[in-house]
Parts: sequence; C-alpha cells; structure tokens
Amino acid sequence: MSNRVINWFKFASPQAFYPLAGKMIPWFWALAAVFGLAGLYLGFLVAPTDAQQGEGYRIIFLHVPASWLSMFIYLVMAFWAGLGLAFNFRLSAMMATALAPTGALFAFLSLWTGALWGKPMWGTWWVWDARLTSELILLFLYVGFIALQSAIDDARRADRAGAILALVGVVNVPIIYFSVKWWNTLHQGSSVSLTKSPSMATTMLWGMLLCALACWMYAIAVALMRVRTIILERERHTDWVRAELIGKE
Amino acid sequence: MLKLIVAVVARDLHLAMRRRADIVSALFFFIIVVSLFPLGVGPEPALLRQLAPGVLWVAALLATMLSLPRLFADDYRDGTLEQLALAPQPLGLIVLGKVIAHWLVSGLPLALLAPVLGLQFDLSRDALWVLTGSLLLGTPALSGIGAIGAALTLGVRGGGVLLSLLVLPLYIPVLIFGAGAVDATVTGLGAQAHLSLLAALTLCGVFFAPWPTAAALRIALE
Repeated sequence: MSNRVINWFKFASPQAFYPLAGKMIPWFWALAAVFGLAGLYLGFLVAPTDAQQGEGYRIIFLHVPASWLSMFIYLVMAFWAGLGLAFNFRLSAMMATALAPTGALFAFLSLWTGALWGKPMWGTWWVWDARLTSELILLFLYVGFIALQSAIDDARRADRAGAILALVGVVNVPIIYFSVKWWNTLHQGSSVSLTKSPSMATTMLWGMLLCALACWMYAIAVALMRVRTIILERERHTDWVRAELIGKE
Repeated sequence: MLKLIVAVVARDLHLAMRRRADIVSALFFFIIVVSLFPLGVGPEPALLRQLAPGVLWVAALLATMLSLPRLFADDYRDGTLEQLALAPQPLGLIVLGKVIAHWLVSGLPLALLAPVLGLQFDLSRDALWVLTGSLLLGTPALSGIGAIGAALTLGVRGGGVLLSLLVLPLYIPVLIFGAGAVDATVTGLGAQAHLSLLAALTLCGVFFAPWPTAAALRIALE
C-alpha cells in the first residue's frame, strides 16, 4: 500500500514526469485521432440533416465540445494551481501554466464557431445572450491569467500569483454567470432561447460526445507537450536536462 | 482589532491628504469620461437618460481602477509594506484597513459627485438618489476586489494595463447590479432587488478579498 503512494508521488517530480509524459503523448494523440475521425464520420456522414436548422447545425460537433472544454479546463487549471499553491508542487503549477493557452483556444473557438452558427440561424453574428457573454468573460479570465504569468519573470512567483488569480476566478465564475443571466433576462436581450434544445437524434448525440472526447484527448496531449517544454526550460540548470538534451543531439 | 484597522485607515488617509492632487485627478478623470459621452453620442435627452446609468458606472469602474496601483505601490517602494507584513497583527486586517481608506478617498467622492453628473444626463430625482446609493453600496466592492489585482501586479512590469485585464472581468457583477439599479428606477421597476444584490456583493467582496490580497502581497514581498 505504502509502496503505491510513493509511486504516485514520484511523478510529482519534473524529472520523473518528463519521460512518463513523453510516453503518454503519442497515446493521447492516437486516441484524439480515433475519436475525432469516428466523431466526424458520425457527424458528417451518418447523422441526419436537422429538420429546422438544415446542414448548418453540424458546427455543433466542434462548438459544443469546445465550450465544454473551455469551462472544464478552467476548473482543472484552478485545481492544479491550487494544489501547487497549497503543497508547493512545482509540477502542478507548471501543469496549470500549460493548460491555460489550450483553455483560451477552446474559449475562442467556442465563440468563433458560435458566431458562424449564429449568422445563418439567428441572422446575426453576436447576441448579448447570457451564455455568449459569460463565455466571452471566461476568455477574458484566461487572457488575464496568461498575461499575469508572462509579465512576471521569476517563475515561482508567476506560478503562485497565477494560482491566486485562478482560484479567485473560479470563485467568481458562478457569480459572473448568474449576474449575466439575470442581467440578460431583465434586458430581454435575445428572443432566441438556447436552453430549449430540441430533442436530439441519437447519432447526433454520439457524434458530439465522440468529438468532445477527441477534443479532450487533444487537450491532454497538447498540455503534456507544453508541460514538457516548460520542464526543460525551468530545469535547464540541472544535470538530467543537460543529459537529456545532449542525448537528443 | 478595530484599533488596528482605525490606525491603518488614519495613516493612509493622512498620506492621501498630503497628495491631494492624486485624488482630484482621479475625480476629474471620472468627470471627463462621463462628459465625453454626450459629445460622442449626441445631446438628445431621451438617449442620454437611457445611457446614463451605464456610462456613470463604467466611468466609476475605470476611475477606481486608475487609483488602484497606488494602494500598495508607495508602501512597497519605501519598505513599509515589508514592515507591515512582519507585524504580529494579521496582514489581512491591515489590508482591510487599506481597502477602507482607498474607498474613502476614491469611491466615496465618486458617489458624492455622481448626482451632479447625473443632472447633465437629465436623470430624475429618484434616479439620482438611487445612483448615489448604488455607488455608495457598490464602490467598496470595487476597492476590495481591486486590492487583489493591485497586490498581484505589485512591482510587475506593465502593471497598469495588466491590472485592468485582471480586475475588470471581476468587476462585471458589480457593474451589472449597480447600473441595473439605476436602470430599474428609470424604467419604474424599483431598485430594491438590485440594491440588495449589490450590498451582498460588497459584503462578500470586502469580507473575503483581504485574504487573497494578503497572500498575494506575501508572494510579492518574497
């Protein structure tokens, strides 16, 4: 039992995690490719044309996964950041740093694909709907996190300052979401209701879930690649990184 | 405990009074921003009445944000902050005192000035009262939440712009309920619900913000 515990903590050290991440990356890429191909096949070739929305609805196979992931990654990022702050794990703070750009990318993708979908469906690129607005604010939070971390030169200080910001952000996300929602209902902004989604065909749902899994695996693979680079950059003064780099040449 | 807060507030007010130009320039920033809007969108009273709550609140947000870097920067530069952090009293309480002092020199004057500017926008008497009340209720939250951002960006290059990136998204709920209260009065809905929520935000903000702020200050001081 105690053996297993020690094994887990072993990977909290960047040196032990670096090769492990290297081994895991191809697997996650492969999974992302498999899920992605299956999801796109279901989404584009099998799923029926939507009765109301025509072919344009197919953008949800990217849009919905991107929105889910953008929110989920923020939680994961705050989790790692909090862990790093509480226990002073260097690796988990690096994980948070590595996740932020991917989360921001998904938030942006979600807004962008949403706009592409909104133009034919609602006749407008943008409405001040509660969901759109909070997704936009989520993007702002990501940008703030990235900007803060890149403005601080000392890596340890950047980690911990970023962690505090991520935790404050996580506490604020529900407050922001509900305030935006109430604001929206008061203003009677859009006449379109996103919440009443028509019952979805099963193939559509499966396609969407597979695409979500593909995006998830992609996010893990990319975050691991980024964290490996961060490890090399931060540990460059150590012997093992030097040995690693010489071995590659 | 109370004595400590009072002492910090008195000290910060004393220092602020020696630099009155800082307070006044933030106020004039508020006035100028608000006055720019009629020039930009045209002087029709109906349009201005509709815009007034949002414009006044956004300008108040920006003016508060402008004065935030001074919250800790001077003390950080001359080493006072380090002494405060070493003091046996909890740093969170000291931060709370500084937040209160910041509100007294930035939020309170804004709230008192707002009705005069509201007149420019042809707001009714009730709306002016609610505007003042909502600013009085809401600006402490701005000082509290802003303190977190000010502490995080302490001594960081490009601090001012960075501060706005960090703090403005967190200000959104305060803006919504603050401007919403005035809006609701203008449209005749009654501002009670908005004001209650605004008070709740302020209580939570002022109560909880000193902790992350103190943690961020300790990180900055390392």
